[in-house]
Amino acid sequence: MATTTVKTETFVGKRIRRREDPRLITGTATYVEDIQMPGMHYAVIVRSPHAAARIRSINTKQAEAAPGVVSIFTGKDTKGVGAVPCGVVMPDLRVPQHTILATDRVYFVGHPVAVVVARDRYLARDAADLIEVDYEALPAVADPEKALAKGAPAVHPQWPDNVAFTYHQDGGNVDKAFAEADVVVKQRITSQRLVPMAMETRGVVAEWRGADRQLNLYTSTQIPHLVRTLVAGMLGLEENRMRVIAPEVGGGFGSKLNVYAEEALMGYVSMKIQKPVKWIESRRENFTCTIHGRGHVDYYEVAAKRDGTILGIKLKLIQDVGAYHQLLTPLIPQLSVLMMPGIYNTQNIRADIVGVFTNCVPTDAYRGAGRPEATHGIERMVDLLAAELKMDPAEIRFKNFVTKDNFPYATATGLTYDSGDYAAPLKKALDLVGYVKLRQEQADARKQGKYMGIGISTYGEICAIGPSPATPAGGWESATVKIEPSGKVTIMTGTCPHGQGEETTFAQIAADELGVGLDDILVIRGDTAVVQYGIGTFGSRATAVGGTALYYALQDLKAKVKKFGAMLLESEDVSLVGGQVIDNKSGKSKSFQEIAGAAYRALKLPPNTEPGLMATRFWEPPNFTFPFGAHIVVTDIDGETGQIKIRRYVAVDDCGNILNPLIVDGQVHGGVAQGLGQALWEQAVYDDNGQLITGELMDYAVPRAHLMPWIESHHTCTPSPVNPLGVKGVGEAGTIGCSPAVVNSVVDALSPLGVRHIDMPLTPEKIWKILAAKN
Amino acid sequence: MITQKFEYTAPKSLDEALHLLASGAKPLAGGMSLIPMMKLRLAAPEHLVDLRALKDLNYIREAGGQLHIGATASHYEVESSALLRQKCPLLTETAAAIGDVQVRNMGTIGGSVAHADPAADYPAALQALEAKFVLKGAKSERTVSAAEFFVDTFTTALEPGEILREVIVPIDDARTGTSYQKMAQPASGFAIVGVAARVRVNAGKVSFVRIGVTGLSNRAYRATAAEKALEGKTPSPADIQAAAALVAQGVDANSDLHASSDYRRHLAVVHTVRALKTALSRIA
Ligand SMILES: Cc1cc2nc3c(=O)[nH]c(=O)nc-3n(C[C@H](O)[C@H](O)[C@H](O)COP(=O)(O)OP(=O)(O)OC[C@H]3O[C@@H](n4cnc5c(N)ncnc54)[C@H](O)[C@@H]3O)c2cc1C
Repeated sequence: MATTTVKTETFVGKRIRRREDPRLITGTATYVEDIQMPGMHYAVIVRSPHAAARIRSINTKQAEAAPGVVSIFTGKDTKGVGAVPCGVVMPDLRVPQHTILATDRVYFVGHPVAVVVARDRYLARDAADLIEVDYEALPAVADPEKALAKGAPAVHPQWPDNVAFTYHQDGGNVDKAFAEADVVVKQRITSQRLVPMAMETRGVVAEWRGADRQLNLYTSTQIPHLVRTLVAGMLGLEENRMRVIAPEVGGGFGSKLNVYAEEALMGYVSMKIQKPVKWIESRRENFTCTIHGRGHVDYYEVAAKRDGTILGIKLKLIQDVGAYHQLLTPLIPQLSVLMMPGIYNTQNIRADIVGVFTNCVPTDAYRGAGRPEATHGIERMVDLLAAELKMDPAEIRFKNFVTKDNFPYATATGLTYDSGDYAAPLKKALDLVGYVKLRQEQADARKQGKYMGIGISTYGEICAIGPSPATPAGGWESATVKIEPSGKVTIMTGTCPHGQGEETTFAQIAADELGVGLDDILVIRGDTAVVQYGIGTFGSRATAVGGTALYYALQDLKAKVKKFGAMLLESEDVSLVGGQVIDNKSGKSKSFQEIAGAAYRALKLPPNTEPGLMATRFWEPPNFTFPFGAHIVVTDIDGETGQIKIRRYVAVDDCGNILNPLIVDGQVHGGVAQGLGQALWEQAVYDDNGQLITGELMDYAVPRAHLMPWIESHHTCTPSPVNPLGVKGVGEAGTIGCSPAVVNSVVDALSPLGVRHIDMPLTPEKIWKILAAKN
Repeated sequence: MITQKFEYTAPKSLDEALHLLASGAKPLAGGMSLIPMMKLRLAAPEHLVDLRALKDLNYIREAGGQLHIGATASHYEVESSALLRQKCPLLTETAAAIGDVQVRNMGTIGGSVAHADPAADYPAALQALEAKFVLKGAKSERTVSAAEFFVDTFTTALEPGEILREVIVPIDDARTGTSYQKMAQPASGFAIVGVAARVRVNAGKVSFVRIGVTGLSNRAYRATAAEKALEGKTPSPADIQAAAALVAQGVDANSDLHASSDYRRHLAVVHTVRALKTALSRIA
C-alpha cells in the first residue's frame, strides 16, 4: 500500500505546475466526445436558416426512410418538455416561451427545428438534409437600436416594441451633481457582440437506463448540479433519478454556464429510443446557437468639477438580448450597472437599462459578464474627461480613486468594496512602463508625425460570486474532504473547474493544512452522483468561495484527526504537523495512516466521536470580493495602413493573496488575450436579415499566438477580509482590464487629430478612415 | 461539420490518377481548401484522388536553367528549400507568409494555385515571376503562362480531368531584388492585399520590373501600368510612389467585411511601394 508522504514543505504561494496539464497536452483527457457506449446513437439537429419565419410544415418522410435513421422528432413531439429556463426574476421581465424545438415559428438563424437520430453520425447528418421545412420568411431585426425604433419588425409578435425588460437604478442625487458640474462629457460607447469560442464546442451524451429509471447526462458544462435540477425539471424526471457528469470541459468562458435546449433534448431522445445518444455541436452551430457575450450600446454622461473631481455618472444601457432569455441573460447588464462607478469615489449615479429582443442568438455571460462592458465605459469616460480638462489620464485617476483608508467602501450602486489600495497598482504600472519618459518620447514622435499612444485602464471588478441573496440560484459553495483508510486524501468540490487549475490550487491548500504531499491528494469535481450539491465555476468564484468551503472542511477534519491522534498517543496536548499528530510533551507521533486506520477500524473511539474521517462544509460568503488593477498599453500606429502594434503591455493586478503565481499568470494572460480579441479583432456581425456573417473561424478573428504581445504581468497584494484565504479571484481580471487600456492608447495616439472615441474592434480600416479623413 | 459520402483513392501512378480524374474524380492535395468546403457542404465530390500519394509529384529541383516545383510540394517545403532560398527567394518569402504552421505543413503549391482563391498568396509571386504551369491530362500535356492560367475567382485554365503537374519559375541573377508584402486578414491569414515585386537595376535605372498583386480583385494579376511607369526610372521615392499609384488602375476591387474596396485599393498602393522599396534594397 502506498504511504502518505510526510511533508514539511509548503505549497501555497509557489509556482507549482498544474497537475491537470499532462493529460490535456498529451491529448489523453476524456471529453464528452470521447465517451463511447454500446448501442450509442447519434443526433444531428436541423436548424433554421432564417432569422424569422413561420413554419408552414415539416416533412420528415424522406429522412425517415434514409439508411440508419431510427427516429426524427420535431417540436410537435417535444411539446411536453419544459421550457429552457431563465433563472432571473424581475418585475417586468418578458419571458417568451422557449421550447426546446421550434413549434410554429423560428426566431433566429440556428433555431433548432428537428432532431434526426441515426445509427451513426454520418447517416444522421445526411438524413438531416432530407428534412423539408416549409418556411414563410418574415422580416427580421438584428440591431438592438433598430429594434427599438418605431415600425421595426416585432421579434415576438406579442411585444411589438421589442422591449424585453427595463431596469432603473438611482444612487445619491444625480440631478444635483449634474446641475453643479463645471463640465459634462457625453459619449455613445458600444461593446460588440462576441462569440465565447470555447475550444471544445458543446456536446451531450444522454444515457437512459429504463430498468433503473435513471438518466445519465454527460454534458460540457460549468454547472453540473444546476443542470441536473433544471433539466430534470424540464423532463419531468425526479432529480435524484438524474446524474449529470461534466467530464473534461475544454473551455467555457461563461458559454457553458447555462442550461441549453440540447441538454434536455438529448435526455428526451434517449428516454424515447431507450438507447444512449450523442450530440456534438459543430463549430458552425457553436457560432450560431451557443450564447454570445456583450452586445451593448451605452450612452454615458459624466459630470465633473473643473479640477477633475467626478460628481456623477448617468448611463443609458441598451442590451441586445437576442431572441430569448437564456439562464442569466437579463442579469448580465445589471452587473454592468453595479460596476458603473468603477473604483472612483462618486456617490451619484443613474442607470437605465433596456433589454431588447433581436432575431439573434441570445446573449449571456461571457468572461467578465457585464464588468468588461462597465469598465470599458467608465475607463473611456475618465479619459474623455481628462482630455476635456486637459489633464493627464493618470492624474485624473489618482484624484478620483476611493482612497485606501476608506474601506470597506459602500458604493452608490449598493455594493461594499471589501479592501483596496487603488493607487498602488497604478503607481507600480507607471514606474514599470517608464511613464514620464514615454510621454517625452511621445511628444518627440508627434513632432515627426508619428502616432504613438499610451493608454491606461484602472479597473475594479466583482468576484467570488457571491452572497446567495445576490444570485439567482444560491451563491454558496461546498466541499467535502475525506481521509481514506489508507491515509490518502480525497477532495470533492462543488465547483466545476475547467481550466482554472483548482485541481492544483485546492490540493495546495489541503496539502498545507494537513501536512501531506500534493500527490496524496485527489480533487474530484463535476459528477452529481459523487459530489455533494454545488453551484459551479463562474464569476471568478471557485477559489474564493469553493476554496473557502474547502478550508473550513479541512479545519473540521483536522480537529477530528487530532482527536484520534490524541487518543492513540494518550495525550491531551497534540498538534498536527507534517502529516503527523505529535504529542507536544513526549514528542511521540502517529502518522496519517495510523490515525486513518484507527478511525475506520474503530476498535476504540475518542469521546463523542464517530468513526471515519470526512467533513463537508457549505460556505455562504458574507460579501463579494473586489479585485482591481492597472493596465498600461503602449501602441504604435502605422500611419499608412492604420495597423496597430502593441509595443508594451504592462498589467499590475491585485487579486488578493496568490495561491499559485503560475496559475495566476496563466489566467491573466488568457484574460488579456480575450480582451485584446474584443479590442482589436473579434466581432459577431449579423446582417440586416439576421444572418451571422462572421459564422466561421475564417471570418471571426480569435486571437492567435502570433498576434499576442509580450504581457508584463505584475501584482500588488491587498488580501480580502471576506474569506480566511485572503483571496479575491483572477479569472476575468485580464479581460476586464484590457480593452479600455488598448482603446485609450489608440485614441491617445490619434488625439492630435481631434479623435475622442473609437468603438471596438479597432480594425485597421477604421483607423485608416480616421487618418484619411483628418489628414 | 460532416462531409457527404465520397470515395477515396490513393493512386499508385500518375496514369491511374489521370484515368480516374478523366472519369470525373476530383484531385485532393493538402485538403486545406477542399476539405473545409466539403465539411460545409459547399462542395460534394463523389470521388477524391489523393495526389500526395504520388511521390514523384513532390520535388523542388533545378533543370535547364529554371526551377521546377512539383505540384504536391508543401508550403513548408517551399518555405524551407535551400535551393529556392538561394535562387528564388521571392517564393520562399511568399510561402512563409501563408496562413499558419499547420496550413503550411499540409497545403501544397499545386492545390493553392489550382484552387485560385483570389486572396491566396502564391499567385501574386507567380505572376511577378512569370511562372509557367505544366498541365497534364490523361492524353496530353501543355504549358501555360501565369497570365493565361489565372482566369477568375476559383477559375483557372485547367480543363476537367487535367491536373497541375508542376510550376516552373526562372532563376534571376544577382542584380534582381524581390519582396512580397502583405496585409493578412486576421481570422484566416489570407491576404487582404498582397504585392510581389521583382526589380532589376542597370546603371542606376530600373531595367526590369514585375509586380504581382493578389487579394484586390477577382484574380491575381500583373500590374503592367505600374511596371511601365517605373521602367527606366532612377528609381526615386517619387518615381516609386507614382508607379505604385497605378497598381489598381482599371481594377474592380473586392469589398467585404474585412476591407472595403477603397481601403483595398489604398493598401495595394502602400504595399506596392513597400514591396518595391524592399526589393530594391535587396539587390546585391
Ligand atoms: C486556416 C487556413 C488559413 C489559410 N491561409 C492562407 C493564406 O494566408 N494564404 C494562402 O495563400 N492560402 C491560405 N490558405 C489556403 C491554403 O494555402 C491551401 O493549402 C491552399 O489554398 C490549397 O492547397 P491544398 O494543397 O490544401 O489543396 P486542396 O484543398 O487539396 O485542393 C484545393 C483545390 O485544388 C484542386 N487541386 C489540388 N491540387 C491540384 C492539382 N495539382 N491539380 C489540379 N487541381 C488540384 C482540388 O481538387 C481542389 O479543388 C489557408 C487555409 C486554411 C485552412
